[in-house]
Amino acid sequence: MKISLKINGQDLTAEVAPTTLLVDFLRSDQGLTGTHLGCDTSQCGACMVLVNGDAVKSCTLLAVQLDGAEVTTIEGLSDGETLSPVQEAFREAHGLQCGFCTPGMVVSVTDLLAKNPNPSESEIRHWLEGNICRCTGYQNIVKAAQMAAEKQQAA
Amino acid sequence: MNQISKPEIANPLGRALEHDSAGQHVTGQALYCDDIREPAGCLHAAMGLGPAFPARIVAMDLDAVRQAPGVVAVFTAADIPGENNAGSVVHDEPLLASDQTSYAQQPLFVVAAETRDQARRAARLAKFEAEERPAAVTYDQIVERDEHVMPTLEVVTGDAEAALAKAQHKLEGRIEIGGQEHMYLEGQIALALPSPDGLRVVSSTQHPTEVQEMLGHLLELSSAEITVEVRRMGGAFGGKESQAAHTAMMATLAAYHTGRPVKLRLDRDDDMVTTGKRHDFRVDYRLGYDDSGRVYAGTFDLAARCGHSADLSAAVCDRAVFHSDNAYFIPEHRITSHRYRSNTVSNTAYRGFGGPQGMVAIERAMDQIAARLGKDPLDVRLENLYGRHGDIAPYGMQVKERVLEPLIRQLEVSADYRQRRAEIEAANQSAGRYRRGIALTPVKFGISFTISFLNQAGALLNIYKDGSILINHGGTEMGQGLYLKVAQVVAHQFGVPLDMVKISATRTDKVPNTSPTAASSGTDLNGAAALAACKTLKQRLTRFLQQKFETDALPLFKDGRVLIGFHHMSYAEMARAAWFARIPLSATGHFATPGIGWDAKTGKGRPFFYFAHGAAVSEVEIDTLTGANRVVRADLLHDVGQSINPAIDLGQIEGAYIQGMGWLTMEQLVFNDKGQLLTHAPSTYKIPTATDRPDVLNITLYDNKNPEATVHRSKAVGEPPFMLAISVHSALAHAISGLGGPGYWPDLDAPATAEEVLRCLDAANAAAV
Repeated sequence: MKISLKINGQDLTAEVAPTTLLVDFLRSDQGLTGTHLGCDTSQCGACMVLVNGDAVKSCTLLAVQLDGAEVTTIEGLSDGETLSPVQEAFREAHGLQCGFCTPGMVVSVTDLLAKNPNPSESEIRHWLEGNICRCTGYQNIVKAAQMAAEKQQAA
Repeated sequence: MNQISKPEIANPLGRALEHDSAGQHVTGQALYCDDIREPAGCLHAAMGLGPAFPARIVAMDLDAVRQAPGVVAVFTAADIPGENNAGSVVHDEPLLASDQTSYAQQPLFVVAAETRDQARRAARLAKFEAEERPAAVTYDQIVERDEHVMPTLEVVTGDAEAALAKAQHKLEGRIEIGGQEHMYLEGQIALALPSPDGLRVVSSTQHPTEVQEMLGHLLELSSAEITVEVRRMGGAFGGKESQAAHTAMMATLAAYHTGRPVKLRLDRDDDMVTTGKRHDFRVDYRLGYDDSGRVYAGTFDLAARCGHSADLSAAVCDRAVFHSDNAYFIPEHRITSHRYRSNTVSNTAYRGFGGPQGMVAIERAMDQIAARLGKDPLDVRLENLYGRHGDIAPYGMQVKERVLEPLIRQLEVSADYRQRRAEIEAANQSAGRYRRGIALTPVKFGISFTISFLNQAGALLNIYKDGSILINHGGTEMGQGLYLKVAQVVAHQFGVPLDMVKISATRTDKVPNTSPTAASSGTDLNGAAALAACKTLKQRLTRFLQQKFETDALPLFKDGRVLIGFHHMSYAEMARAAWFARIPLSATGHFATPGIGWDAKTGKGRPFFYFAHGAAVSEVEIDTLTGANRVVRADLLHDVGQSINPAIDLGQIEGAYIQGMGWLTMEQLVFNDKGQLLTHAPSTYKIPTATDRPDVLNITLYDNKNPEATVHRSKAVGEPPFMLAISVHSALAHAISGLGGPGYWPDLDAPATAEEVLRCLDAANAAAV
């Protein structure tokens, strides 16, 4: 099937099989491997991308559902060399270890701050329940979200 | 501690620098095995699993698998040219089972297809004619069958039975301790790349050398013909020490026969069903003690459920034996470790490697003794600490360092432990639905592989003529910051900014014969090997500089410059000049931990180079209606010696504590009576999420230096803080205990799920009547 969509700001028309998952379309067809596949079953959140501004697990969607949509992956969050405030904050607050969950975490927090620019710690924790990290204790991930909120407000 | 330090800063040792790949991680640029662009013609493999019970395979019909769309080939045990073995220590585990399976869903064949989806779909089309074999799954079943994957170890000092008989008080107990799934976010994966020049395999492994060897045996190739490479893993936690080889071998078998690149990324459910987990233990213990709470004698019978094969069970169980004392001196004792075979997946390495299971029982016993004597458990713990009444551990090693008592005293004050305990006990008197509990527990964890020959490492150091430095070593990066720490050490040696030092992917053709990155030893071993290489090159450069400037002075490498006598030059100028003078600028380094070794028959000797210490206070709340429980506050104080990178170390402590908390509270592996894993996905196996973390979590590094000559006098940090979470289990028991009346302590097993807490609440209420 033919779909037209926008990925990281670029218009694209592609031929996809009706059973192709969005995550496979992004990783295999588009070479956007920053979106990670962790659990295959929409539990871990490593595959999160923004679809029309909402953070979604890309292993839950079929590529054909994205016809006409606007998709932003982890690769689309930075402007060339300049990191987004959320990306900067995850670096500076040591909000990562092995890094496998990080793209999903960054995408998820980006969505949170777009909807709630000044979230409480409790709101951050609840928002991140769908993103599993096995290395950290979420301490610095939550701090990164708080730091990113401050950066965005200062900007 | 959260202030970032920029990598261009010279003298990076001891600084809280960001992870070397942080910039790549936040932009999605970091490449894991699955992200490597697939070469032309790359096939994808999937495992074919056997029946949902241990079976005698009468017939296996793979026609439908072979005819499925996209399938290129199907391989069984008969297609293995060399040895069909995936057992790393004992050759008792077939890579692919053939005439019988030993546990439910054991792999029987490998499918290679054009796409991953085709391979996975085809793998489900096999038809079996199979007869069910009896399954020994529960402790009662495995003890009754009495088959052992490895010989029993017994460690004895004095006459524990006689000492128990004359003890003022006696305590007897039993605790069951559940296993744990690693749940590394990146599942098992390998990419096999065959070529006439040799085989190259990218594997998400903690032990590239072992993967290389296993592939050699599988295909009857020499190690020199195989290169195994790993740049980074998306988490491992012990789950990729021996288990990564299975995936690599299956991918390589398919690549060998098809001549095409083959990638195998396990489906998460298949990964959970077919790869080993933390060993579950049942511990029976007896202790003799006096009115002061001082322990005089103890016996510990450790029954480990090892699964269908040996894997690393001997070493895991040895470490459990070596930690069944935790931090306490027990003058006369017998510790017996049985390694039972069960019809379940073969249990394996997991952060702590038996140590946590060993410690949980003695910590329960400390609480019980305190309850019976009407004392604060902290006082009983202090009374028995090494150094109070003795300092020889059961295995004969002297516990020299006196860190724990001052560390505990510092934490007792900083966490306000006594006051909070009094308040909680008072509040629990009139508590309604919610009750609280608090506990302070210590950790003393032995550092070194207990398999002594593994305590060695190699490094390769190249200085290029532009002055840039490449360091390669046998350690693997799984997020723990090993690459960064070693780079910090090397940059410090040459007095150059961190960004002049590059660490490249771990490869068996650069540094051979490596040990697994495990036992928390990554930095101790590989950092020391890197230091040895630095020393060799610095000696060569010193001779060169002394000749060049006709001086006996020693050079100083500092701030990107080299100073010798009255002369100085930039470090990069020196490198170029040295090359011009034909000085070899490449060196290897090797390190072997000195002074360790023990007798595996008696369990006596010096298994450890040193100990890492820590202590934690955890406060919990339980809902007495549902058994639901959570940690409301935790204070951790941990000894990492002199930290090479405090940001990395704090991250290890935090992550280990939360992972330990998950193990002891919410993570439950459930097997049915055929040994089939029912909790085979993150949907049914619950690990901590952002909301499970304590409301308050204070983590502090204890001010200490390693008395042993480790790198920068630092201490290993990967595993020891995992056991700080035992304080959570102890605090949960404390919350329940008050319901049972004076002297009561619940028989809380692990994990303390809501159901387990409810069971103990009911028992406590019944005891009070």
